Amino acid sequence: MARPLDWQLATVAGVHDETDTVRSFSLTLPNWGGHRPGQHVDLRLTAEDGYSVERSYSIASEPERAPEVDITVERIPDGEVSPFLHDVVVPGDRVELRGPIGGYFVWDAAQPGPLLLVGGGSGVVPLMAMIRHRARVGAMNPTRLLLSSRGADEIIYREELDRMSATQDGFEVVHTLTRERPAGWNGYSRRIDEAMLSEVLEPLGREARVYICGPTALVESAANALVRIGLAPSQIRTERFGPTGS
Amino acid sequence: MADMTTGDLMVDGNALAGLLAELFGADVTLVPAKCAACGEVNMMGGLHAYVQAPGSVLRCPICHAVMMRIVQTDRATRIEMRGIAYFRFERSSG
Repeated sequence: MARPLDWQLATVAGVHDETDTVRSFSLTLPNWGGHRPGQHVDLRLTAEDGYSVERSYSIASEPERAPEVDITVERIPDGEVSPFLHDVVVPGDRVELRGPIGGYFVWDAAQPGPLLLVGGGSGVVPLMAMIRHRARVGAMNPTRLLLSSRGADEIIYREELDRMSATQDGFEVVHTLTRERPAGWNGYSRRIDEAMLSEVLEPLGREARVYICGPTALVESAANALVRIGLAPSQIRTERFGPTGS
Repeated sequence: MADMTTGDLMVDGNALAGLLAELFGADVTLVPAKCAACGEVNMMGGLHAYVQAPGSVLRCPICHAVMMRIVQTDRATRIEMRGIAYFRFERSSG
Protein backbone atom coordinates (compact mmCIF):
# COMPACT_ATOMS: atom_id res chain seq x y z
CA MET A 1 0.00 0.00 0.00
CA ALA A 2 1.36 3.40 -0.96
CA ARG A 3 1.64 6.14 1.64
CA PRO A 4 -0.31 9.31 0.82
CA LEU A 5 2.79 11.23 -0.23
CA ASP A 6 4.20 8.54 -2.51
CA TRP A 7 3.59 9.23 -6.17
CA GLN A 8 1.83 6.32 -7.79
CA LEU A 9 0.69 5.47 -11.29
CA ALA A 10 -3.04 5.47 -11.85
CA THR A 11 -4.60 3.89 -14.91
CA VAL A 12 -7.52 5.69 -16.50
CA ALA A 13 -10.32 3.11 -16.48
CA GLY A 14 -13.08 5.31 -17.82
CA VAL A 15 -14.00 8.79 -18.97
CA HIS A 16 -17.44 10.31 -18.58
CA ASP A 17 -18.72 13.74 -19.64
CA GLU A 18 -20.71 15.50 -16.93
CA THR A 19 -21.33 18.71 -18.89
CA ASP A 20 -19.83 20.40 -21.97
CA THR A 21 -16.81 21.54 -19.96
CA VAL A 22 -16.66 19.07 -17.08
CA ARG A 23 -15.44 15.51 -17.38
CA SER A 24 -14.98 12.70 -14.85
CA PHE A 25 -12.10 10.26 -14.94
CA SER A 26 -12.21 6.90 -13.19
CA LEU A 27 -8.72 5.97 -12.08
CA THR A 28 -7.56 2.56 -10.94
CA LEU A 29 -4.95 2.68 -8.18
CA PRO A 30 -3.57 -0.75 -7.26
CA ASN A 31 -1.81 0.63 -4.17
CA TRP A 32 -4.53 2.98 -3.00
CA GLY A 33 -4.61 3.30 0.81
CA GLY A 34 -8.23 4.52 0.93
CA HIS A 35 -9.61 8.01 1.41
CA ARG A 36 -12.24 9.92 3.36
CA PRO A 37 -14.99 11.88 1.56
CA GLY A 38 -13.82 15.43 0.82
CA GLN A 39 -10.12 14.69 0.40
CA HIS A 40 -8.18 15.48 -2.75
CA VAL A 41 -5.33 14.08 -4.80
CA ASP A 42 -2.35 15.85 -6.28
CA LEU A 43 -1.91 15.02 -9.95
CA ARG A 44 1.45 15.52 -11.67
CA LEU A 45 2.20 15.79 -15.36
CA THR A 46 5.80 15.65 -16.51
CA ALA A 47 6.91 16.64 -20.01
CA GLU A 48 9.72 14.88 -21.84
CA ASP A 49 12.08 17.75 -21.02
CA GLY A 50 11.46 17.25 -17.32
CA TYR A 51 9.11 20.22 -16.84
CA SER A 52 6.43 19.15 -14.43
CA VAL A 53 3.27 20.70 -13.13
CA GLU A 54 0.99 19.67 -10.26
CA ARG A 55 -2.68 20.33 -9.61
CA SER A 56 -5.01 19.27 -6.82
CA TYR A 57 -8.31 17.63 -7.68
CA SER A 58 -11.06 16.67 -5.29
CA ILE A 59 -12.04 13.04 -5.20
CA ALA A 60 -15.63 12.66 -6.41
CA SER A 61 -16.20 9.03 -5.55
CA GLU A 62 -17.03 7.39 -2.25
CA PRO A 63 -14.29 5.48 -0.41
CA GLU A 64 -16.23 2.25 -0.87
CA ARG A 65 -15.33 2.35 -4.59
CA ALA A 66 -11.62 1.76 -3.86
CA PRO A 67 -9.28 0.86 -5.49
CA GLU A 68 -11.05 2.96 -8.09
CA VAL A 69 -11.14 6.70 -7.54
CA ASP A 70 -13.06 9.26 -9.63
CA ILE A 71 -11.93 12.82 -10.15
CA THR A 72 -14.10 15.40 -11.91
CA VAL A 73 -12.25 18.10 -13.79
CA GLU A 74 -13.51 21.37 -15.23
CA ARG A 75 -11.73 22.38 -18.41
CA ILE A 76 -10.03 25.73 -17.82
CA PRO A 77 -9.33 27.11 -21.33
CA ASP A 78 -5.90 28.55 -20.54
CA GLY A 79 -4.99 25.93 -17.95
CA GLU A 80 -1.88 23.78 -18.07
CA VAL A 81 -3.37 20.54 -16.83
CA SER A 82 -7.13 20.41 -17.39
CA PRO A 83 -6.98 20.84 -21.21
CA PHE A 84 -4.51 17.96 -21.35
CA LEU A 85 -6.80 15.77 -19.25
CA HIS A 86 -9.82 16.70 -21.38
CA ASP A 87 -8.28 16.66 -24.85
CA VAL A 88 -5.56 14.02 -24.65
CA VAL A 89 -6.20 11.46 -21.91
CA VAL A 90 -8.15 8.34 -22.90
CA PRO A 91 -8.89 5.06 -21.10
CA GLY A 92 -5.76 2.99 -20.66
CA ASP A 93 -3.51 6.01 -20.20
CA ARG A 94 -1.58 6.38 -16.99
CA VAL A 95 -1.20 9.48 -14.86
CA GLU A 96 0.90 10.14 -11.80
CA LEU A 97 -0.81 11.05 -8.57
CA ARG A 98 -0.53 10.99 -4.81
CA GLY A 99 -3.05 11.04 -2.03
CA PRO A 100 -5.36 11.12 -0.31
CA ILE A 101 -4.46 14.59 0.88
CA GLY A 102 -5.99 16.96 3.42
CA GLY A 103 -7.94 16.00 6.53
CA TYR A 104 -9.62 19.36 7.03
CA PHE A 105 -12.51 19.29 4.55
CA VAL A 106 -13.77 15.82 5.40
CA TRP A 107 -17.10 14.35 6.39
CA ASP A 108 -18.06 10.74 6.85
CA ALA A 109 -21.00 8.86 8.30
CA ALA A 110 -19.22 8.53 11.66
CA GLN A 111 -20.22 12.18 12.16
CA PRO A 112 -23.99 12.01 12.61
CA GLY A 113 -26.44 14.89 12.64
CA PRO A 114 -27.84 17.30 10.10
CA LEU A 115 -25.57 18.27 7.24
CA LEU A 116 -25.71 21.30 4.97
CA LEU A 117 -23.57 21.17 1.85
CA VAL A 118 -23.16 24.30 -0.26
CA GLY A 119 -21.50 24.12 -3.65
CA GLY A 120 -20.77 26.48 -6.49
CA GLY A 121 -20.14 24.94 -9.91
CA SER A 122 -17.42 22.29 -9.72
CA GLY A 123 -17.30 22.95 -5.97
CA VAL A 124 -19.86 20.17 -5.83
CA VAL A 125 -17.15 17.57 -6.44
CA PRO A 126 -15.87 16.89 -2.89
CA LEU A 127 -19.45 17.26 -1.61
CA MET A 128 -20.47 14.52 -4.05
CA ALA A 129 -17.97 12.16 -2.43
CA MET A 130 -19.75 12.84 0.89
CA ILE A 131 -23.22 12.37 -0.65
CA ARG A 132 -22.25 9.14 -2.43
CA HIS A 133 -20.62 7.80 0.73
CA ARG A 134 -23.68 8.68 2.76
CA ALA A 135 -25.96 6.83 0.35
CA ARG A 136 -23.60 3.88 0.03
CA VAL A 137 -23.45 3.20 3.78
CA GLY A 138 -27.18 3.85 4.27
CA ALA A 139 -26.83 6.90 6.52
CA MET A 140 -30.16 8.63 7.14
CA ASN A 141 -28.99 11.93 8.64
CA PRO A 142 -30.89 14.92 7.25
CA THR A 143 -28.72 16.31 4.46
CA ARG A 144 -29.30 19.14 2.01
CA LEU A 145 -27.15 20.24 -0.87
CA LEU A 146 -27.56 23.81 -2.09
CA LEU A 147 -25.92 23.87 -5.50
CA SER A 148 -25.36 27.01 -7.54
CA SER A 149 -24.83 26.55 -11.26
CA ARG A 150 -24.88 29.00 -14.13
CA GLY A 151 -27.44 27.17 -16.23
CA ALA A 152 -29.33 23.87 -16.16
CA ASP A 153 -26.92 22.38 -18.71
CA GLU A 154 -24.03 23.18 -16.41
CA ILE A 155 -25.30 21.31 -13.35
CA ILE A 156 -22.70 18.66 -12.60
CA TYR A 157 -24.09 15.22 -11.58
CA ARG A 158 -27.62 16.54 -12.18
CA GLU A 159 -29.34 13.22 -12.90
CA GLU A 160 -27.61 11.38 -10.09
CA LEU A 161 -28.39 14.16 -7.60
CA ASP A 162 -32.02 14.36 -8.61
CA ARG A 163 -32.33 10.58 -8.42
CA MET A 164 -30.76 10.45 -4.94
CA SER A 165 -32.92 13.34 -3.86
CA ALA A 166 -36.03 11.32 -4.71
CA THR A 167 -35.16 8.32 -2.53
CA GLN A 168 -36.57 9.64 0.77
CA ASP A 169 -33.44 8.76 2.72
CA GLY A 170 -33.11 12.26 4.11
CA PHE A 171 -31.07 13.72 1.27
CA GLU A 172 -32.37 16.61 -0.78
CA VAL A 173 -30.78 18.76 -3.47
CA VAL A 174 -31.80 22.40 -3.93
CA HIS A 175 -30.66 24.08 -7.14
CA THR A 176 -30.13 27.71 -7.93
CA LEU A 177 -29.36 28.90 -11.46
CA THR A 178 -27.57 32.22 -11.75
CA ARG A 179 -27.53 32.97 -15.48
CA GLU A 180 -29.88 30.97 -17.66
CA ARG A 181 -33.09 29.30 -16.63
CA PRO A 182 -35.03 26.79 -18.71
CA ALA A 183 -38.69 27.54 -19.33
CA GLY A 184 -40.80 26.65 -16.33
CA TRP A 185 -37.87 26.64 -13.89
CA ASN A 186 -39.26 26.85 -10.39
CA GLY A 187 -36.04 26.66 -8.41
CA TYR A 188 -33.98 29.56 -7.13
CA SER A 189 -32.79 31.99 -9.81
CA ARG A 190 -30.07 34.06 -8.18
CA ARG A 191 -26.73 33.87 -6.49
CA ILE A 192 -26.62 32.25 -3.08
CA ASP A 193 -27.52 34.83 -0.44
CA GLU A 194 -28.45 35.01 3.21
CA ALA A 195 -32.19 34.63 2.65
CA MET A 196 -31.66 31.54 0.49
CA LEU A 197 -29.28 29.96 3.00
CA SER A 198 -31.71 30.68 5.79
CA GLU A 199 -34.53 28.90 3.93
CA VAL A 200 -32.39 25.91 2.98
CA LEU A 201 -30.99 25.61 6.50
CA GLU A 202 -34.41 25.88 8.18
CA PRO A 203 -35.38 22.16 8.16
CA LEU A 204 -31.89 21.18 9.35
CA GLY A 205 -31.67 23.56 12.29
CA ARG A 206 -28.81 25.73 13.43
CA GLU A 207 -26.76 22.86 14.79
CA ALA A 208 -26.07 21.55 11.28
CA ARG A 209 -22.52 20.88 10.17
CA VAL A 210 -21.73 22.90 7.06
CA TYR A 211 -19.33 22.29 4.19
CA ILE A 212 -18.95 24.97 1.52
CA CYS A 213 -16.91 24.51 -1.64
CA GLY A 214 -16.59 26.66 -4.73
CA PRO A 215 -15.03 29.84 -6.07
CA THR A 216 -13.56 31.96 -3.27
CA ALA A 217 -16.09 34.79 -3.60
CA LEU A 218 -19.03 32.39 -3.28
CA VAL A 219 -17.49 30.57 -0.31
CA GLU A 220 -16.71 33.83 1.50
CA SER A 221 -20.17 35.18 0.95
CA ALA A 222 -21.94 31.96 2.02
CA ALA A 223 -19.77 31.43 5.10
CA ASN A 224 -20.25 35.02 6.25
CA ALA A 225 -24.00 34.81 5.70
CA LEU A 226 -24.24 31.61 7.77
CA VAL A 227 -22.35 33.26 10.63
CA ARG A 228 -24.78 36.20 10.44
CA ILE A 229 -27.65 33.69 10.60
CA GLY A 230 -26.18 32.48 13.89
CA LEU A 231 -23.96 29.49 13.12
CA ALA A 232 -20.60 29.24 14.87
CA PRO A 233 -17.55 29.47 12.60
CA SER A 234 -16.43 26.13 14.06
CA GLN A 235 -19.48 24.44 12.48
CA ILE A 236 -18.39 25.55 9.02
CA ARG A 237 -15.65 24.04 6.89
CA THR A 238 -14.67 25.71 3.65
CA GLU A 239 -12.77 24.71 0.52
CA ARG A 240 -12.04 27.69 -1.71
CA PHE A 241 -11.13 27.09 -5.32
CA GLY A 242 -9.68 30.54 -5.94
CA PRO A 243 -11.02 32.70 -8.77
CA THR A 244 -13.64 31.38 -11.12
CA GLY A 245 -12.41 30.31 -14.53
CA SER A 246 -14.61 32.79 -16.33
CA MET B 1 -10.73 38.74 -14.70
CA ALA B 2 -10.46 42.53 -14.82
CA ASP B 3 -12.18 43.07 -11.53
CA MET B 4 -10.34 40.30 -9.75
CA THR B 5 -8.93 41.29 -6.38
CA THR B 6 -6.32 39.66 -4.21
CA GLY B 7 -9.16 38.32 -2.12
CA ASP B 8 -10.41 36.20 -5.01
CA LEU B 9 -7.08 34.39 -5.10
CA MET B 10 -7.35 33.22 -1.54
CA VAL B 11 -7.81 29.52 -0.89
CA ASP B 12 -7.71 27.46 2.32
CA GLY B 13 -4.69 26.08 4.10
CA ASN B 14 -6.16 22.70 3.17
CA ALA B 15 -5.11 23.41 -0.42
CA LEU B 16 -1.49 23.24 0.75
CA ALA B 17 -2.04 19.93 2.54
CA GLY B 18 0.27 18.02 0.20
CA LEU B 19 3.17 20.44 0.50
CA LEU B 20 2.71 20.76 4.27
CA ALA B 21 2.64 17.00 4.66
CA GLU B 22 5.91 16.80 2.73
CA LEU B 23 7.49 19.30 5.12
CA PHE B 24 6.04 18.02 8.40
CA GLY B 25 5.92 14.32 7.57
CA ALA B 26 2.19 14.03 8.30
CA ASP B 27 -1.09 15.73 7.52
CA VAL B 28 -1.18 18.92 9.59
CA THR B 29 -4.46 20.39 8.32
CA LEU B 30 -6.15 19.61 11.65
CA VAL B 31 -3.24 20.91 13.75
CA PRO B 32 -4.11 24.08 15.68
CA ALA B 33 -1.74 27.00 15.15
CA LYS B 34 -1.73 30.20 17.19
CA CYS B 35 -1.33 33.50 15.39
CA ALA B 36 1.59 35.42 16.85
CA ALA B 37 -0.10 38.72 15.99
CA CYS B 38 -3.62 38.39 17.40
CA GLY B 39 -3.46 35.20 19.44
CA GLU B 40 -6.32 33.42 17.67
CA VAL B 41 -5.93 29.66 17.30
CA ASN B 42 -7.07 28.09 14.04
CA MET B 43 -6.49 24.77 12.37
CA MET B 44 -3.82 24.88 9.67
CA GLY B 45 -6.37 23.73 7.08
CA GLY B 46 -8.55 26.72 7.91
CA LEU B 47 -5.90 29.41 7.49
CA HIS B 48 -6.11 31.63 4.45
CA ALA B 49 -3.68 30.53 1.78
CA TYR B 50 -2.24 32.39 -1.18
CA VAL B 51 -0.59 30.02 -3.60
CA GLN B 52 -0.31 32.01 -6.84
CA ALA B 53 2.95 33.74 -6.00
CA PRO B 54 6.35 32.06 -6.48
CA GLY B 55 5.96 31.01 -2.86
CA SER B 56 2.98 30.16 -0.70
CA VAL B 57 1.69 32.33 2.12
CA LEU B 58 -0.58 31.34 5.00
CA ARG B 59 -2.41 34.14 6.78
CA CYS B 60 -4.51 34.30 9.95
CA PRO B 61 -8.22 34.18 8.97
CA ILE B 62 -9.04 36.61 11.79
CA CYS B 63 -6.42 39.39 11.60
CA HIS B 64 -4.86 38.48 8.21
CA ALA B 65 -1.31 38.64 9.54
CA VAL B 66 1.20 36.47 7.69
CA MET B 67 1.73 33.28 9.68
CA MET B 68 3.89 31.22 7.35
CA ARG B 69 5.77 31.62 4.09
CA ILE B 70 7.07 28.70 2.06
CA VAL B 71 9.39 29.18 -0.90
CA GLN B 72 10.68 26.27 -2.93
CA THR B 73 13.51 26.37 -5.39
CA ASP B 74 15.19 23.55 -7.26
CA ARG B 75 17.69 23.21 -4.44
CA ALA B 76 15.86 23.92 -1.22
CA THR B 77 12.65 24.71 0.57
CA ARG B 78 12.64 27.74 2.85
CA ILE B 79 9.97 28.08 5.53
CA GLU B 80 9.53 31.26 7.52
CA MET B 81 7.00 31.08 10.34
CA ARG B 82 7.64 33.78 12.88
CA GLY B 83 3.94 34.61 12.56
CA ILE B 84 3.05 31.39 14.36
CA ALA B 85 3.31 31.45 18.16
CA TYR B 86 2.89 27.70 18.43
CA PHE B 87 1.51 24.52 16.89
CA ARG B 88 -0.27 21.96 19.00
CA PHE B 89 0.38 18.39 17.92
CA GLU B 90 -1.73 15.68 19.54
CA ARG B 91 0.33 12.80 20.86
CA SER B 92 -1.20 9.52 19.83
CA SER B 93 -1.72 7.29 22.84
CA GLY B 94 -0.38 3.76 22.88
